[in-house]
Order: sequence, then C-alpha cells, then structure tokens
Amino acid sequence: MKKILFGLLVVAGLLANQLVQAAADLEINTPAIAALQNSMQARHGKLSSFYTSGAVGLTKDGLIAVKDASAVALKDRQSLNSLVSAENGDRNALYKEIAAANGHPEWESEIRSTFAQRWVQKAQAGWWYQDASGWVKR
Amino acid sequence: MRNWMVGLASSLGIACLLSACVTINIYFPAAAAEKAADKIIDDVWQLKNQDKPTVNTVEPPSTPAPSTPGK
Repeated sequence: MKKILFGLLVVAGLLANQLVQAAADLEINTPAIAALQNSMQARHGKLSSFYTSGAVGLTKDGLIAVKDASAVALKDRQSLNSLVSAENGDRNALYKEIAAANGHPEWESEIRSTFAQRWVQKAQAGWWYQDASGWVKR
Repeated sequence: MRNWMVGLASSLGIACLLSACVTINIYFPAAAAEKAADKIIDDVWQLKNQDKPTVNTVEPPSTPAPSTPGK
C-alpha cells in the first residue's frame, strides 16, 4: 500500500513539473531576437503607410507582400520592393531564431503560423491580409 | 501473490503516465507561442504605448460619512 502511494506521489510530482513547463513562456530575450525586433520596429515607420494604402498586405505565411503596386508612384516601387524583402528576411530569421532559442528548431513552422494569425489580429482596420480565399481588407 | 499483482499493475500504470509526460513535452506550446508573438508584435508595431495607463484607476475613498444614525 505504501509503495503504491509513493508511486502515485512520484507520478503527481512529474505531472506537476510538466504542467509548470507547459505554462512557461517561450524564450524571446536573446540578442539575436532583440536585434531583429529593433530592425523591424525601425522599418515599420516606413512600411505603415504602405499597409494603409493597400500597397502591402500581410500574407498567410507570416510575411508581407506587395499587394497593389499601383498604389505607389513608379519611382518608389523599387524602394518598396526592397523594404518588403528586407522585412521578410527579418521575419523569416525571427521565426527561426525563436525556435532555435527554445531548443526546438522544428517548431519554426508552427511559430510562423502563430505569428501569421497574430499579425492579422493586431493589424489596423483598413490593412489587407491574405486568407485561404485571397486578399481581405481588415 | 495479490501484493505482487498490485505492484505490477501500479508500476505499469506509472510507466504509461511517464510516457505520456514525455510526449507532452514534444507538443508545441501554442499558448506560450501566442503570448510571445503578441509581445514581439506589440513591440514592432508600437501598440502597447497608448493603453499602458489602464492600471491607474484611482478610486477616491468616498466613505467618510461620520453621521450614521440608526442603531
């Protein structure tokens, strides 16, 4: 009887430990992640008007894309393109870094889809995002 | 004999639970990921600066009513 009780206690302890681990936050305080965050924050100042005009939208894979280049003057399109690809480079690196910082590189795609949903959730009204059927205005 | 069987059954049960624990750890922590994403997005898009002072709901104590007749 004592043995069984002891066994149950051990199991309960292990389960509690697992619960604590499951409730723990993901590690996002690494120098690499902070650097990416800073770079994206700085770029957002230039990108936000493109979100509003519909030139750029949020894609369903957690990136951004040029949705309507005609919303931008011809002379500015090249700089828009390089902004978008720089942003996507940072975003891809960010998802990869978060997965790596938590010791699970295989989580990258799930982190990416979590971010894809949250970017859209937090987007301002009037911004465009992509869902299964195509571009949608928020 | 009976004791032996009970011991076997409980150790089997423990083994099952232990393997369950191991699998739990492999699962993607969706809630934690969402929280982390929100934190990063708020920072990148500067969303949290405006609604920070929601905690400052100062409630003035409007109780000093010295004259409580009755009793």
